[in-house]
Amino acid sequence: MAELDLQIAPKLKVTDLNFFYGSFRAINNVSLDIPANKVTAFIGPSGCGKSTLLRTFNRMFELYPDQRAEGEIIMDGENLLTTKRDVGLIRAQVGMVFQKPTPFPMSIYENIAFGVRLFENLSRSDMEDRVELALTKAALWKEVKDKLNQSGNGLSGGQQQRLCIARAIAIRPQVLLMDEPCSALDPISTGYIEELIGELKKDYTVVIVTHNMQQAARASDFTAYMYLGDLIEFGKTDDIFFKPKDKRTEDYITGRFG
Amino acid sequence: MNVTANAISESNPLYIKRRRMNRLLMAVSGSMLAYGLIWLAWILLTLLIEGASALRPSLFTQMTPPPGGDGGLANAILGSLMMVGTATLLGTPIGILAGTYVSEYGRGTWLAPATRFLNDMLLSAPSIIIGLFVYTIYVAQVKHFSGWAGAVALSLIVIPVVVRTTDDMLKLVPNSLREAAAALGCPMWKMVTMVCYRAARAGILTGVLLAVARIAGETAPLLFTALNNQFWSTNMNGPMANLPVVIFQFAMSPYADWQRLAWGGAALVTLGVLALNIAARLILSKKN
Repeated sequence: MAELDLQIAPKLKVTDLNFFYGSFRAINNVSLDIPANKVTAFIGPSGCGKSTLLRTFNRMFELYPDQRAEGEIIMDGENLLTTKRDVGLIRAQVGMVFQKPTPFPMSIYENIAFGVRLFENLSRSDMEDRVELALTKAALWKEVKDKLNQSGNGLSGGQQQRLCIARAIAIRPQVLLMDEPCSALDPISTGYIEELIGELKKDYTVVIVTHNMQQAARASDFTAYMYLGDLIEFGKTDDIFFKPKDKRTEDYITGRFG
Repeated sequence: MNVTANAISESNPLYIKRRRMNRLLMAVSGSMLAYGLIWLAWILLTLLIEGASALRPSLFTQMTPPPGGDGGLANAILGSLMMVGTATLLGTPIGILAGTYVSEYGRGTWLAPATRFLNDMLLSAPSIIIGLFVYTIYVAQVKHFSGWAGAVALSLIVIPVVVRTTDDMLKLVPNSLREAAAALGCPMWKMVTMVCYRAARAGILTGVLLAVARIAGETAPLLFTALNNQFWSTNMNGPMANLPVVIFQFAMSPYADWQRLAWGGAALVTLGVLALNIAARLILSKKN
């Protein structure tokens, strides 16, 4: 069972990916296949490039002029880095949830409707259904159904993060990227979101960056360990945690790192 | 000897010295505060006391009188409102859009920091220069003073204030919010208008109000552009009465009744500016 299960079709096929902040190379020739409808976790010490790698999948780095990526990220036969399609369409297909909750300065309802309206012209009742569905999937509906018109900023941190997840899945992406989604949350909210991640993989391919190894072990099917911009080891989560092949992975997992 | 126990006590010389220093600094900064406030309070009180006798209904209904006659400031109030209003309408959109370029679209270009630098220079330019500038390019060309020229001169003061506040307020919008909007596939113009503007709304509005407060009392730019008018005039194409120039003219005159009207006008402008400042504070505090 040490080999990657080839039965699972890759959703994202990353080949020879390099990433540069100006002249500094932050990712070195990374290649890996992200399996469809599974949860893949990226772990590694701070600065190892795991968040950077995640931000290439929806080309978020392009907001900053001095950052660039080279290589291939193939999704459905298309290289996301070089495609002629508008980057907005790619980001709508590859959704993202950030480290800190980022509700927009508008009502809870509008927070979700905003993204949906970018690509779909729904009737009022269809939009209400979509908002309810997204909030239900994000396990937030019961808590906010009576205050949809209140500001999203009035929610607790954990609720805000679930609102952001609802917002991301409301536009029906195929891939959901999560950049340390629980690092600003208390254990109870973290528990909610980990449970949620398990639910989400039924519909989405989930890629999560985490500093919390227990979280990776609990919530993911596959784990990639990165160090100093290199992909050290990638495999089934159980294998990475219990039978790591690389000494460096083992040292990190067991806390002997550094 | 138990050093540690002795060190943490009220008789510790370091502690006593630090407490003395603290008291001294409190006293110095407190008295400087009082010194500043005394002048401000004095100005406000003088204005209110001297202006109070002039603040009568006729101030708002009658025209500026010839020396010795009875009158008010109705034409000057109207002229000020029209020119300040026009200047705000002219300057605000330009200022907000330019500030948006500097903060959002110009990132990583040389043009944005250059614009920011020039704008800061314009922000601190003496207003008399702006008056002379508009006199040269406008008044001297059409060969007559006009309300439009006054409004243009005032708008040139509004623009840098609004550019600066828009830039500052948009800079306070965290990048994480922009990334969150972009992550939904949102195009940049929508990100700026729907997310960044919303987040910075109160701050930008405050900037506009403060710009209005700033131009409400500007005299020099109007002296060279709108000049003055003794009569009720809504014609922006001709010379226009306005509070600052009337105050300037009447206060310098030897006539007691003109001087009294000048006090009334000064009190009026001050109260208006005060109201705008309070409104700006309320908007900002309501947001937070």
